[in-house]
Amino acid sequence: MANEVTVPITSVTRGTIPQRVFQRDPANAPTEDIREKLFELEAQGEWIVQRVPDDAVEVMTKYGRTKHIPRQFTWHHKSCGQCGHIPGYSTSIFWLHRKLGMQYTDPKDQTSCTAWNYYASATSNAAAQAAVAVRNFAAAYETGYYPMIHCGTSYGHYKEVREQLVHHPELRKQVRDIMAKLGKPLVIPEEIVHYSEWVHAMRFEIAKRKVLDLSNITVTVHPACHYYKLVAEDAIYDPELYNGQRTAIVSAVVEALGAKVADYSTWFDCCGFGFRHILVQRDFTRSFATLRKIERMKEEANPDVTLTHDTGCVTTLDKSQFAARAHGRNVGIPVMSEAQFAALAMGAHPYRVCQLHWHSVDYRPLLEKMGIDWQARWAEFQEDLERLRRGEREFLTWEDADAR
Amino acid sequence: MAQPVDKYASVPYEEKERLFAQVTQDIRFHDYLKGCYECGICVAACPSARFYDFSPRKITQAVAREDVELVYQQMNEDVWNCSQCFSCDRCPRGNSPGGMITILREVAVKNGLHSAKEALEGYGRVVYKIMSTGTQVSPDMLQPDAFPDWGPDVREVSENLDLWRRALPPETLHTTELAWDVDEKTITELYLIWHMTGVLDMIKEIDEGLHMILQDVMEETLEEHGYSV
Repeated sequence: MANEVTVPITSVTRGTIPQRVFQRDPANAPTEDIREKLFELEAQGEWIVQRVPDDAVEVMTKYGRTKHIPRQFTWHHKSCGQCGHIPGYSTSIFWLHRKLGMQYTDPKDQTSCTAWNYYASATSNAAAQAAVAVRNFAAAYETGYYPMIHCGTSYGHYKEVREQLVHHPELRKQVRDIMAKLGKPLVIPEEIVHYSEWVHAMRFEIAKRKVLDLSNITVTVHPACHYYKLVAEDAIYDPELYNGQRTAIVSAVVEALGAKVADYSTWFDCCGFGFRHILVQRDFTRSFATLRKIERMKEEANPDVTLTHDTGCVTTLDKSQFAARAHGRNVGIPVMSEAQFAALAMGAHPYRVCQLHWHSVDYRPLLEKMGIDWQARWAEFQEDLERLRRGEREFLTWEDADAR
Repeated sequence: MAQPVDKYASVPYEEKERLFAQVTQDIRFHDYLKGCYECGICVAACPSARFYDFSPRKITQAVAREDVELVYQQMNEDVWNCSQCFSCDRCPRGNSPGGMITILREVAVKNGLHSAKEALEGYGRVVYKIMSTGTQVSPDMLQPDAFPDWGPDVREVSENLDLWRRALPPETLHTTELAWDVDEKTITELYLIWHMTGVLDMIKEIDEGLHMILQDVMEETLEEHGYSV
């Protein structure tokens, strides 16, 4: 047939999907760069912007902007949930700083951000929340150290507060008047920095000091909602991780430490904390945490541990498993922060530093797989407690924490 | 069966309008509401929507349509189911349904709605702790009768609390009634903030007894430091 055309097989494209190439362009970001507004307002005499210390690491955020994470000279804005119920979390953050030789201060002139209560009960308002935030910022500024926020909710809430203060002059005035009454200036930090961003920025230095082989450890990661969903543009992203489509926080640390990150389908879901639910309506919290998170992880990845980077997530995912186990559900994954995991990798004591006896799900099989003799370490910790009981010491010290 | 909104038929429309006006007058209102495509992405992302008859889309739409009756009902019922995780912030229109719910809850508390009192029943000790000490979660809250579903570890923590707190290397963490050691001056400054921003008045609307206790604690401290309330 004269009109027949032969089509080369290589030109047939039906049924194929070209791979999408995702390019970040900070010039076309969907949100304004709030930091420019901070400096504009400072130039107008509205407030003082506290600069990130010079010793800082550059990281990339969601829309391709650069964020500066201070390595040291940090003022540690502690988390009430971490300090109160998972104290090995805060202790591990401090321990990492000490082992890396980074200067920090652990202030008493600090209140909670009060946002857990606000998101739970709404017994506050925008002005009070902003004043609490700015009082803490001013307290940090007075010391010359830069705020590093331990809690994901404090971090997210402070970013909300920053936006509100930028966009609402009447709120700025109200807060400035309150600060004047307290004898403090109106100060706002150049960057709101979460501790997990510091762990991320320092991950290769942490990995250099690693004393354990973690290549046989499988980890699932729960990224905290208030870290990357609440004022999303500040969260750290990396084109090399998840094709740049998910925050790289925590996962990049696990990879740097040589453990395996395993994916699971409900990674985007929240943990079920719910703020008021964890305290007064835990049927929701337990069900969501176990059915949507822990069981999915178990079925799809069967990890040795799940790591997260926020107060409520560690509590929820850890504590919710007891009741689910009683109902014969497929649970039983130890939960901790990446700070505790990184500290263990660097040889931290599992009880003196990581304080794992405050956690609920059995973590001992994980420690054994990591090559940690938990029985010997527990015996040492029991001796510490005996010394405290006998009154030989009033408190365990940082020197005691590393004693062998 | 009566339609849900009819449950509140005895509440005058003017009262519902008054509360709705408080919602729209909040400085954050236009930051949180831009419009609605009805795409349902917020519902798909919402943990509470999986568990309750709850929809961030319905709430956003009711507020956007200025449906005063429906918003009143939602303020009395739905809003307390929200998890405040802000998964709904992935809204392609730029809304924050979670943020709008924060405002609705705040108006419910400020006006002492029964729903707010009911939702916060059993929550007073937490409000007391955060407002009077500056830290919300204290180690001594870990009591087995408060957390029976967390297993026997809670009992072990509570029985060893003082000893285990002393076995923490950071000097600020040797506390049992506070999450960390907070300076008295810092707490005084916090009390001034609660007073100057009307938060104590909000507490009065939902729990008069708690308000009285907080007022006593705060006034004494403020007066000691030379502040008149």
